[in-house]
Amino acid sequence: MKAAIPSDYLNQTSLLRLIAVLALVLVVHLPSLPAWESALVAAGLGWRLLIALRQWKLPPPWLRTCLAVLSFAGIYASYGRIHGQLPGIALLMIMSVLKLLEMRSRRDVMVTVFLMYFILLTHFLNSQEIWTAGYLLLCASAITALLIDVNHPAEALPLRNILVSGSRMVAISLPITLLFFLLFPRIPGPLWGIPSDAGAALSGMSNEMAPGDISSLIMSNRQAFSVRFFDREPPPRERYWRGPVFDSFDGRAWKASSLSLRIQTPEAELLPPAVRYEIIVEPHRGPWLFALDVPDPTTRPDKSFIASEYQLMKGRDVITRELYVLTSHPNHVLQKELPESVRRVNLSLPRGFNPRTVALAQQLQAEHAAPEAVIRAALRMFRQQPFVYTLQPPPLGRNSVDDFLFETRRGFCEHYSSAFTFLMRAAGIPARVVTGYQGGERNELGDFFRVSDADAHAWSEVWLESKGWVRVDPTAAVAPNRIELGLSEAMQASGELPGFLQRGGWNWIRDNLTAQWDWMNTQWNRWVLAYGPEVQMDLMRRIGIQDWRSMVIVLTVTASLILGIIGLLLLRQFTPARNQEVAVRLWAQLQRRLLRAGIAQRPAEGAGSFAERVALETPELGSAVRRAAGIYQQLRYLEGATPALQKELAQVIKAIRT
Amino acid sequence: MRLWLVFKLLLHPIRFAQARIDAWVMARVKRQPGPIPVPRTRVYIVPTRFGYGYAFMGLVMLLGSMNYSNSMGFLLTFLLGALGLVCMHHTHGNLVNVQLRSGKTAPVFAGEVAHFEILVDNPAPAQRYSFSLAWPKETQPPVMADVPARGTATLRIALPAERRGWLPARVFSLSTEFPLGLFHAWTWAELDMACLVYPKPATAGRMPPSASGAIGQMPSNIAGQDEFAGLRNYHRGDPMKSVHWKSLPKSPGAPMVKQFTELLDQELWLEWDSLGDLDPESRLSQLTRWVLDMEDRQHAYGLRLPGIELKPGRGEIHQNDCLRELALYKPG
Repeated sequence: MKAAIPSDYLNQTSLLRLIAVLALVLVVHLPSLPAWESALVAAGLGWRLLIALRQWKLPPPWLRTCLAVLSFAGIYASYGRIHGQLPGIALLMIMSVLKLLEMRSRRDVMVTVFLMYFILLTHFLNSQEIWTAGYLLLCASAITALLIDVNHPAEALPLRNILVSGSRMVAISLPITLLFFLLFPRIPGPLWGIPSDAGAALSGMSNEMAPGDISSLIMSNRQAFSVRFFDREPPPRERYWRGPVFDSFDGRAWKASSLSLRIQTPEAELLPPAVRYEIIVEPHRGPWLFALDVPDPTTRPDKSFIASEYQLMKGRDVITRELYVLTSHPNHVLQKELPESVRRVNLSLPRGFNPRTVALAQQLQAEHAAPEAVIRAALRMFRQQPFVYTLQPPPLGRNSVDDFLFETRRGFCEHYSSAFTFLMRAAGIPARVVTGYQGGERNELGDFFRVSDADAHAWSEVWLESKGWVRVDPTAAVAPNRIELGLSEAMQASGELPGFLQRGGWNWIRDNLTAQWDWMNTQWNRWVLAYGPEVQMDLMRRIGIQDWRSMVIVLTVTASLILGIIGLLLLRQFTPARNQEVAVRLWAQLQRRLLRAGIAQRPAEGAGSFAERVALETPELGSAVRRAAGIYQQLRYLEGATPALQKELAQVIKAIRT
Repeated sequence: MRLWLVFKLLLHPIRFAQARIDAWVMARVKRQPGPIPVPRTRVYIVPTRFGYGYAFMGLVMLLGSMNYSNSMGFLLTFLLGALGLVCMHHTHGNLVNVQLRSGKTAPVFAGEVAHFEILVDNPAPAQRYSFSLAWPKETQPPVMADVPARGTATLRIALPAERRGWLPARVFSLSTEFPLGLFHAWTWAELDMACLVYPKPATAGRMPPSASGAIGQMPSNIAGQDEFAGLRNYHRGDPMKSVHWKSLPKSPGAPMVKQFTELLDQELWLEWDSLGDLDPESRLSQLTRWVLDMEDRQHAYGLRLPGIELKPGRGEIHQNDCLRELALYKPG
């Protein structure tokens, strides 16, 4: 004899609600899954829906096992592994749908609901924008409402009831949540290492620079970081944000040599004025941070260092938003004494490339004795000859610098800095390429600048005797507006700009909205997403908490207090109002009403005799007041009077019109 | 011994905590006639296994958020933590300040299942959900109910009646896991209520001896229910059983009543002493069977137990009196 397959634990209504909430939690993940899995998840939900609606049988265990094994295999085939962030999320989603096909006990149901909370968490690994806060509250309320419903096994509760109770519980929990968010000691992550695929897919600066890299980068409007200056705000021509520095050229691309990444801060003479600012950097998966040229090494954030080319390094890849405060000195003398090994690297060129440029360099070197004069002559060449600053440069051949300087003469900043640096090296002047950002767009609402990938830039640094490394921006010689006014001003006439950078027409409305949105985003980034160990400690010091020990004490005490208050309020809701108290309160209400008609209860007068007097003096009120007095006396003095009388008294008093 | 306790604590922390609390409380539960109020001090609460699962999930989420330095992750984790704590207060509040009263309990025969009716009053202005009522260490699913605001719920809880006599209600627990199922709040109470259990009727077969003299067959004028004697008009107070339903459609305004004359057998006694061949419990079972049979056949009967004599009679009250004596009889 075959054992009967036990049916669902939940009633149909609760089951449909469960499927709906699961769909709500899963739907935002669907676009990031492989197509077959999205289809499978949707099909699983649909199948379950039909099982619930049509009273079909649940699939037998062997079928579920087959589906599970096949999904595992599919995920392995799609991702090449089953660990890591993306395959992990994919597995979790498949599991939640398969679990849906097996809901025969309370345990199955509870596990499914808990899984939903967990899936909600994984969503934040992909995105943490402002709207996700609303999504979090919505989903948490929905899942909690569902949990309330499944804990009422007899029958489904009215939808309104559970939604109200669920959101109410979430709302009551919010104060403690925020308290923990602020005061729970944050430790710098990661604890066990982060999978290489963590975080959202990103673009941004890369660790090499080839022709076309930056011009394709600026087509994106992705925010790179936002900056807030504390007091002095440097003019646009000083806003060079130093990023990866490249000192090795292979004929096509500039890269960082092994020498450049050593943890060996070169000496620098920092001159006033000092600029203090705060940066919230977006994750970019590189090990570097951005700083205004050049940062004071003593103010660098924890666990970061300044590498041998004066590049601020994080020490590990930046995969979350980070906030740091720095002081920079636009006036500086960098590395007055150049070590021989560094000089050699910064003069080296690949053999057999760009012979015409080498010849030009030798000619310049012969004409001018001083390196400064050579630099001036090279910049004059860029300015006077018909060089064009364009986003759509023609392709270059093997001798890319020769082709650019003598044939096409059309290029973007990476072409200019690459050619200039090559020329300098060939003329015997140590030079290197610096990439990063230049400028930034002020947000009119906030006091901050938004620096986006559209501000990506590349320039050169040359080393001069007694002056150290000096920044030379050949792009400025060709397109001075690029530096003073930004990319969109420099290119406005050319028609090459991507849509978001074009000005004029109705765009000011869009610009205004964009500015507001950016401002909100920056506040969100600053106060929520970048809230880590450093920001927390800083905030704590400002409110007078010195170390994490006292922070934990404050957290425990405050949380217990809030919880105690919540407990008392909830208990009051479940405590019947005492007859006496209600009677006294309602009677006072009656007295106020009668006082409006000029009838006052005398101090020595009891309720009964007062009612009699009212009946004598104002007969039309008599019966109602008498009745109220009767109920009042019962409530007040009769042991065991039913609480229903409270309601009656309230109604009688409400009906008295004076 | 102490080591064993520690071991048990580690193995099943929930069961251990609950068992300790129960042992402590059980020794202090008093049998009361009711109503029994359930104040704050009488409500006990521990996490359920789902509560522990939830806490474990929260811990994993916390570690994950730390690892990825994920602010929204922290926010959700702390929200769930706070939600758990708030749920504890909800579950506790759901049970506090109810009142327990005993309801009706119908007598049953031994071998049947007695149903105790327990009334749960909610004097507060908020509705309470998902109460369950169970005897301790009961394996069958508990009885569940909601209690409306300022209302009363009736829960019927079953207890097998094995022996005749009074079956007292045992200590029972009223518990709830509403709203999130993460905590189990409960209280113990013992209402002073009992169910009367009649002896188990013997199997049919043995006929009662006509104890003294022949069964009289002369019709009498005393109105009885034995032999049909014609129809008369309905008077108030006539039993519904005797209404002549067949004639009702013909004269809807004036129902007719069947009249019977009683076949008197003044001397049908159901006697303890006539069953000398049986042991005392079997005698009571046999007498119970006879009482039921005689009532069925609408015979008048009397009951004689050593020291107890119930005059011959009929009807529900007489039957219940007889069965009650049989249930509570203490032989020799």
